Amino acid sequence: MTDISKPIASGRMLLSDEMIQVFYRLLAAFLICAALTILTNSFFSLGNILNVLRQASLLFFIASGLTLVVLTGGLDLSIGANVAISACVAGTVIHQTGSPTLGVLTGIGVGGAVGMLNGVMVTALRIPSFIATYGMLWVLHGITYWYMGGETMHGFPAGFRQIGSGYFLGLPIPVYLLLVFLAIGTIFAQRTTWGQEIYAIGANPVAARLSGIPVARRLLLVYTVSGAMAGLASIIFLARLNSAEADIGESLTLPAIAAVLIGGTSLFGGLGTVFGTFVGALILTLVLNGMNLLSVNASWQPLVTGVIVILAVWLDMKTRRRAA
Amino acid sequence: MTQLAQSKAAVSIVQAAPPLFELRGISKEFPGVKALDDVSFSVWPGEVHMLLGENGAGKSSLMKVLCGAYRADSGSFHYNGEKVEITSPADAQKLGIAVIFQEFSLVPYLDIAQNIFLGREPAGRVPGTIDRKKILADARHVLDSIGFDIDPTIRIEKLGVAQQQMVEIAKAISQNARILVMDEPTAALSDRETELLFALIARLKADGVAIIYISHRMAEVFSLGDRITVLRDGRRIDEVQPGAVSSDDLVRMMVGRSVDMSYPRTFAQTPGKVMLEVKGLSSSSGIAGIDLVVRQGEIVGLCGLVGSGRTEVVRAIFGADKATAGQILFDGQEKSGGPDEAARLGLALIPESRKAEGLALIRSVGDNLIVSALRKIFPRGFFDQGKSRQVAYDLIRQLRIVTPSDKQAVGLLSGGNQQKVVIGKWLAAGAKLFIFDEPTRGIDVGAKAEIFALIDRLVADGAAALMISSEQAEICHVCDRAYVMCDGRIAGELARHELSEENIVKLGMHHA
Repeated sequence: MTDISKPIASGRMLLSDEMIQVFYRLLAAFLICAALTILTNSFFSLGNILNVLRQASLLFFIASGLTLVVLTGGLDLSIGANVAISACVAGTVIHQTGSPTLGVLTGIGVGGAVGMLNGVMVTALRIPSFIATYGMLWVLHGITYWYMGGETMHGFPAGFRQIGSGYFLGLPIPVYLLLVFLAIGTIFAQRTTWGQEIYAIGANPVAARLSGIPVARRLLLVYTVSGAMAGLASIIFLARLNSAEADIGESLTLPAIAAVLIGGTSLFGGLGTVFGTFVGALILTLVLNGMNLLSVNASWQPLVTGVIVILAVWLDMKTRRRAA
Repeated sequence: MTQLAQSKAAVSIVQAAPPLFELRGISKEFPGVKALDDVSFSVWPGEVHMLLGENGAGKSSLMKVLCGAYRADSGSFHYNGEKVEITSPADAQKLGIAVIFQEFSLVPYLDIAQNIFLGREPAGRVPGTIDRKKILADARHVLDSIGFDIDPTIRIEKLGVAQQQMVEIAKAISQNARILVMDEPTAALSDRETELLFALIARLKADGVAIIYISHRMAEVFSLGDRITVLRDGRRIDEVQPGAVSSDDLVRMMVGRSVDMSYPRTFAQTPGKVMLEVKGLSSSSGIAGIDLVVRQGEIVGLCGLVGSGRTEVVRAIFGADKATAGQILFDGQEKSGGPDEAARLGLALIPESRKAEGLALIRSVGDNLIVSALRKIFPRGFFDQGKSRQVAYDLIRQLRIVTPSDKQAVGLLSGGNQQKVVIGKWLAAGAKLFIFDEPTRGIDVGAKAEIFALIDRLVADGAAALMISSEQAEICHVCDRAYVMCDGRIAGELARHELSEENIVKLGMHHA
């Protein structure tokens, strides 16, 4: 222990734990790509790589909002159900009004409103987020099933479908959206005071409150953002599938949590990055894509996902310096 | 009380025999603190032995050694004159020692009978089951023996504090406890309940149970005690007969702790304007009618026993607990919101528990230093790593925080340096009133002097400080004035020339 006198820290110290962890993850993603290039003929083709990116982007939209919630030490289990209800309501609006713009705003608005409701339950009613959003999951499913009555919505305007399946300068539109929201998410978390406060809340909510951080307002924001991102994902989903059913997003919640965890965000809060979640979504998508290309029986996919999640979290725990 | 007087007479006869239980030269050391220093102590059957001492005098440590939670570093235990070992709670239980802590160890969702026999349930006929009938019968028997008339199938959560205490005692008796240690048993009881407890104590005495009784109430020390032992700084100061001393004598024995006074303090000749004025403040956590004033350039002490409501007062001032009545004026402005408003206005809280309430241990020193100043440093909301690190560096240098880097996780620093980080975060925020809750708890002597020099510099530069401390000597040494609390109220105010440990202890004692 020495006194420091000037703002220079020695070599390794310049790299934060988080940067090191993201670096390892990128390395892992690269190695998976290399392996798949060697093992299969079809992986290293523009079509397949764009396909991977498009799938990863959908997962990332949901998982990025969730990352913020997890950074505060909470969890949002309602995201999948939120995607479903947002997609169905947005679909109805597009059918009724013929306006894609109104549909997009509706989808994000419904998602955000659901998220805000989660936030109110967590802050004003002090219900643990796990339970509040788990209850919300069922409530949303119930409403969506009742609303759709077993029907499927089909056929949306071509302009709207572009959001999910269109290309611009050779790249799918969702990939542009991915880059935009990756930038926004990273700037928000790393380069704003609100982002810093979110990390502080996750690391120790009591200390954060006693340090003058308006904890309830920040949590409300974070849950609302998580909901709005689910709403955004619902729009992309809707535009890509060109149809909506009551169970449309049901299978997305657990993969999104997996992407967050593989991305290095701690479920206890305070540690992790949005960029990490992007890499987590990429790794998960790459592995599943690779297994498809290698014609591995699809029933192995959940097992592999589970093993990757456990491995990633275990390695994080081993590498993280223990201070608490 | 006639019953008690009779049993007191009986004690003098019994004392010819060896004591039921005796501690000889018990010492217990923790890093930096000698919690118990060569303490000897004995109890005879059928006597109440009062244990008296200030916060931190060693009562709790002694209790924990007795019940086997701590292992003594040196010294010996003797039961009926025979040397015994206490190295675990099981040893203590075998010797018949039971401790009734202030925080009960009952399971709220189980009933009285289940709690009394928790972990010792009689087996039923089918292996793995419990003989419910026998439990209930045994529980009734034990409750009867202490004269507690209650249905043993009632769940603990339905009981009041006094009844829970009775269940704890019943549990101890059911384990054949011969030595009962009670930690401030009347602290949470009404007058009526206290009478019932005293009747039970008389009954236990008559049955030959030895009782070690920790108290802060002078009245019961004299009315209940057969002998009184005073502890201070982990040492046994004296053992006296209640008839032979006055309460002033006892106070004198309790105070006079040796505390390092090497930190200087420059007292302001004329305190500045009023920074904080509190009028009739009450909160849901049990404080009521609090009036206090803190002026610029002053360090104002807030003393009283642990549990007298000191922390609750500062939490209510800071907005961490909701005020239910009264007014808080900060710099002439009324304040009613939560901690975020307090921080914005320029209040700072340095909480008692650094780790639980003051710091995000997994985050870096730098992150912790700027967390309260984010809005001030980055008014537009955009965070800049370079600028934030510059602020952190300045604070690390100014406060001489010993850390290899601003990126070091704050949980890895020493206690004194952690405390500096908590103070530093409020310096960065530009706070004008610093509220310290036990600022030197768990900090070594050198760091203590540094912390006090820092507080002195703060108020000299125009800030104000309100300081809670259990170390009366510290309060006397550094404070311009002090308020003394007792039972959730301000019992009195002491001016600089009136500040003495004796006066603080006298005001803070329960006189009921």
